[in-house]
Amino acid sequence: MERTALLGRLTWRLAGVAEVVPETARTATLVLDVAGWPGHRAGQHVDVRLTAEDGYQAQRSYSIASAPGEPQLRLTVERLDDGEVSPYLVGELRAGDAIELRGPVGGYFVWEPGGGEPLLLVAGGSGIVPLAAMLRRRIETGDATAVRLLYSSRTPADVIYAAELERAASLEGIEVNHTYTRSQPQGWTGYARRIDDAMLAEVAWPAAHGPLAYVCGPTSLVETAASGLVAVGYDPAAVRTERFGPTGG
Amino acid sequence: MSYVSRGFRGRRKDAGAGGRVPPGQYLTDDFPVLSAGPTPHTPLDEWSFSITGELDEPRTWSWDEFRALPTETVTRDIHCVTKWSKLDTVWEGVPVSALLEGLDTAAEFVVAFCDGGYTTNLPLEDVADGNAWVVHTYAGEPLEPEHGGPVRLLVPHLYFWKSAKWLRGLALRQEDEPGFWENYGYHNHGDPWKEQRYWGD
Repeated sequence: MERTALLGRLTWRLAGVAEVVPETARTATLVLDVAGWPGHRAGQHVDVRLTAEDGYQAQRSYSIASAPGEPQLRLTVERLDDGEVSPYLVGELRAGDAIELRGPVGGYFVWEPGGGEPLLLVAGGSGIVPLAAMLRRRIETGDATAVRLLYSSRTPADVIYAAELERAASLEGIEVNHTYTRSQPQGWTGYARRIDDAMLAEVAWPAAHGPLAYVCGPTSLVETAASGLVAVGYDPAAVRTERFGPTGG
Repeated sequence: MSYVSRGFRGRRKDAGAGGRVPPGQYLTDDFPVLSAGPTPHTPLDEWSFSITGELDEPRTWSWDEFRALPTETVTRDIHCVTKWSKLDTVWEGVPVSALLEGLDTAAEFVVAFCDGGYTTNLPLEDVADGNAWVVHTYAGEPLEPEHGGPVRLLVPHLYFWKSAKWLRGLALRQEDEPGFWENYGYHNHGDPWKEQRYWGD
């Protein structure tokens, strides 16, 4: 295990909001200009801090959506109805505002091209965010890593980055598989259930190819997918997980 | 000076917690699960718990031997570096001090080691003085695998990644050896009251 480069204390930086882009009814992408941003790796996250007029503060962590090579930092945030921070970020924040953040944080749930292993990305809901950063990294570097994405959403309207994922799927070496657990488009012949072992057996790279898997979503999905991949022969050390619980906000 | 977020007031759900919520944390009633990889499932007849490293004779317990040790039931607040805190969690397990009792060692540090390869490092004094337990029961029920069962370390005065899940033993060390998250940018000690989240905090 290599120690990643230590860039010193993670200081709070002021990030200017260039744009807030709605993605779905519950999610929006914050496009940020961060002076002195040290760069990040696909899969990392940042801590965001909000301060009220009387000094009260709240902090939360959000995955970075943008690829490392993009000029602006993007965070995609899901609004949690009983949340404290996410309703502000998704519903109140607008271009010209600023937020404080520090990062990047996390050195394990990251992907960089060059390893040669086929890449399996398994996402549930807003768990797509750090995985999309990996997919964008693959595309922006022109790397040839074969990628399969399995993305579980409640309905087609809940798919984050739908148009971008459709474009990505038209590229050589990238496959995108959706499953819709609650309602499906007219005439849909694809998956219409929660991710299970049978689905993983169909979509996942065979274990013999030595794949690297990243799984991100709610705990139940992560438990099912990670256990299922180990059951079909994946090396547990090659299955990296990150979870978005029901709390947060 | 912090930047004031226009129109942000906050929920302040934690105001009634009487100083029990460390800086930057918020309260939750849920018990979120965070793990870096798949949940291991070691059969209990293959399971053992060991004290290894800087001592004359390693100590090892089978599951039955471990479960026969005297336990304590403790109620503690826990704090995860991902910002949630949970008050009054109830655990039952064996005090680490009992597992180390009578032991002659020059070690000043321990590395907790686990199924799945996870490790985390702690100063010996953080686990030896009645501050830490090896717990097998949460809220009166056997600890679920996704929360670290059959046993996890409980070190409630540090961020919860130090309370290693799927614990299989403690290795006594003379030198400090950063563990899994400590190698990936997280603080070496992890005191929530000093907000020691990341390197340099």
